[in-house]
Amino acid sequence: MGRYVARRLLQMIPVFLGSTLLVFLMMYALPGDPVRALAGEQHVDASQIAALKAQYGLDQPIWQQYLNYLGNLFQGDLGVQIGTQRPVAEVISDAYPITVRLAIFAFVFTVVAGISLGIVAGLKAESLRDRGLLGLTLVLISMPSFVLGFLVQYLFAFQLGIAKPNVSLEPTSTELIMPAIVLASLSLAYVARLTRTSVAENMRADYMRTAVAKGLPRRRVIGVHLMRNSLIPVVTFLGTDIGALMGGAIVTEGIFNIKGVGSLVFEALGKREGATVVGVVTLLVVVYLICSLLVDLLYAVLDPRIRYA
Amino acid sequence: MRGAKSAKWVAGAAVIALAATACGGSDSSDEGKKSTSGQPAGYVSIDVGEPQKPLMPADTNESNGSYVIQSLFTQLLDFDDKGEIVLTNAESVESEDSKTWTVKLKAGWKFHNGEAVTAQSYIDAWNWYANIENKQQNAFWFSDIAGYADVHPEKGAPKSKEMSGLKAVDDTTFTIELAEKVPYFNYKLGYATFAPLPKVFYDDPKAFGQKPIGNGPYTFEKWTHKKLIQVKAWDEYQGPNKAANKGIQFKNYSTVEAAYSDVISGNLDMIRQVGPRDLPKYKTDLGDGAIEQPYAAIQTLVPAFYNATFKDIDPKVLQGLSMGIDRDTITKTVLNNTRTPATSFTPPQVKGNQQLESDFLKYDPVKAKALIKEGGGVPENKFTIQYNADGGHKEWVTAVCESIRNATGVDCVGDAKPDFPTDLEARDNNQVKGMYRGGWVADYPVNVNFLKELYHSKAESNNGRFADKEIDELMAKGDKADSLEESVAAYQEVEKALVEKMPAIPLWYYRINGGHGKNVDNVKVDFHGDLELTGVTTK
Repeated sequence: MGRYVARRLLQMIPVFLGSTLLVFLMMYALPGDPVRALAGEQHVDASQIAALKAQYGLDQPIWQQYLNYLGNLFQGDLGVQIGTQRPVAEVISDAYPITVRLAIFAFVFTVVAGISLGIVAGLKAESLRDRGLLGLTLVLISMPSFVLGFLVQYLFAFQLGIAKPNVSLEPTSTELIMPAIVLASLSLAYVARLTRTSVAENMRADYMRTAVAKGLPRRRVIGVHLMRNSLIPVVTFLGTDIGALMGGAIVTEGIFNIKGVGSLVFEALGKREGATVVGVVTLLVVVYLICSLLVDLLYAVLDPRIRYA
Repeated sequence: MRGAKSAKWVAGAAVIALAATACGGSDSSDEGKKSTSGQPAGYVSIDVGEPQKPLMPADTNESNGSYVIQSLFTQLLDFDDKGEIVLTNAESVESEDSKTWTVKLKAGWKFHNGEAVTAQSYIDAWNWYANIENKQQNAFWFSDIAGYADVHPEKGAPKSKEMSGLKAVDDTTFTIELAEKVPYFNYKLGYATFAPLPKVFYDDPKAFGQKPIGNGPYTFEKWTHKKLIQVKAWDEYQGPNKAANKGIQFKNYSTVEAAYSDVISGNLDMIRQVGPRDLPKYKTDLGDGAIEQPYAAIQTLVPAFYNATFKDIDPKVLQGLSMGIDRDTITKTVLNNTRTPATSFTPPQVKGNQQLESDFLKYDPVKAKALIKEGGGVPENKFTIQYNADGGHKEWVTAVCESIRNATGVDCVGDAKPDFPTDLEARDNNQVKGMYRGGWVADYPVNVNFLKELYHSKAESNNGRFADKEIDELMAKGDKADSLEESVAAYQEVEKALVEKMPAIPLWYYRINGGHGKNVDNVKVDFHGDLELTGVTTK
């Protein structure tokens, strides 16, 4: 087990290098000069642009820039934003906490609501409540998150008046519930459907019949025997979902005015702030890597036949 | 390892995480009864986002930053909503020959840290701004001043740290000698770039940019990056634009829709621009709070005169294309009444604007067709309009093309660049395939700003590379004038001549469609479309 984890951690290094290089090259390939773009339609003289580019090392060849970036990265320096002249690390650490909070909320909501809905439906497949759930999740899956977001905002903030339309500067947890539900709704629907199918299938499995025949209490039959086997596909999905929740919340963040990582990357891309984009994406890569490691380890917990040496 | 146990542990961790984040959950309920929620009493809030750069007057030329700069700094003079000069820090700015200007400062002005504002505060600041080593975005604004080339050479290190044209006479008087006559130079001084700096600036410009000390109506309070900038009214301010409120919160919103919903729900006082989604209903939502006002900015279509389509084109063709655009209908429908059809190359708010009474800016399909035919037609009978897809231009570009196609039979398609940096790069590198969408907001309210900076053959912002000897000569005449009036009149002649050359097709003037909530009053718009914050009062 320990060796397995160590090997997996070592494997992260090439993945990490590869992905930063890719993002770096992509940023470089984009047309549009970040220094020139600062001035907008107004004019800046060429000598000044050259001076600024030299200051940020943008006049060097791409491989040199990448090496410089990596070198600084290993010293814990993520670079400096060209426009605001603030360290990228500071910019990211401003944006990350709120995204993490939002992601945790959404994740917990997905897990709790999604799995319980799935179980409720899966235990009595083809029943009315199962059909109802399938219908509901179909609606959630097919509805774009900005539609759902505006709908929720309109309903709860403007019609009922029980919530503020936007989260405030230092968002309280209650304020985050609404955006978290909107953010979670899509994966919630997937989780519910996955759980439902898997539960419905396993209900017919031999070990279930055995467990029932042994006279085990229903709680134990469902809670341990059925759940452990049914959760494997769900856990796989949830693992990758964490990464998606961390990085893909641009629309939701925009609707509820949350200053998180999603909007940060979007803005940075528009301004060609390469260092910021690479920095955030690098962090997301790390999150993905750790999540998939956790998922793999969780398999062993759920199914003892899977052992890692 | 037993599965059930560790599953319990995971669930436990989730609960702890929830509980930990829920700690901040108690709502602070100190909302005043009348003031907008979440801000100190007497303060007003507006949706001004994160400045692009640190807060230095000469390094800021975008709207977010300049809102904050203008609240913290006051330059020599400013303009009223009609574009007339209002002296702020200056007692007088005069010149007899429009070459040497004498500035007298009002006595007794101070920076927020107590240091006196003197002639030297201005001279030192301007020299620092203009110096190439300090890489200030707006350095070229000082290029009229004699000796600029010494501090800002085209290549290499500066030869001097001071411009020879700036001389202090005494504590409150200084003279500006220009390299050549500029009759409207005093108007340029209204640009926020010409603000003075206190001595502490030079110790650490970088730190200053995060925590500026100015001489303006407000003092700096705090800057929570990407969220909020807060400034407080300054009691000792002596200018005519003293703050009527207690302070301002500049709040950052990710979308105009989010800002709008906060105005409606009372969490924000003012919004600068209502988004397309809410435009149809904002007047009913805001009532008296709705703001609709034109300001000094124009949108044009600029042919790139170097490409295959428009090289050596007969102006008649451009005039014809111009007549094929149904400006009235497009501004009313596609643009939701947020623009006013243009009737000249300059917006009405600037000095010297005139009604050109030209048919070329009116919709007339029959004449349009005839003119294009007369001028020899558009090569291959089609052209493109380049625009940036991230700026909401797609709709009107499509409509303009549609209008031209229907009226004249010339095919026209949009050439979308994904975002503004890409669009700018194509313009800078002479890669525009047909026309591009041009836009210009007044830097100072004189017609020169819209004519010389865009259509002089050597103008830096002339990205269509329009070059015409006759126009250049007419402009030179305006620049040699001894008085502003003469110069403006000369540039009116330039404008008349431009109609015959069509360096660009004027489309429409901008309007601001903003608004404010019930807690504030007296929200006015200045000539370049900014809300005037000092006059805003709370109820």
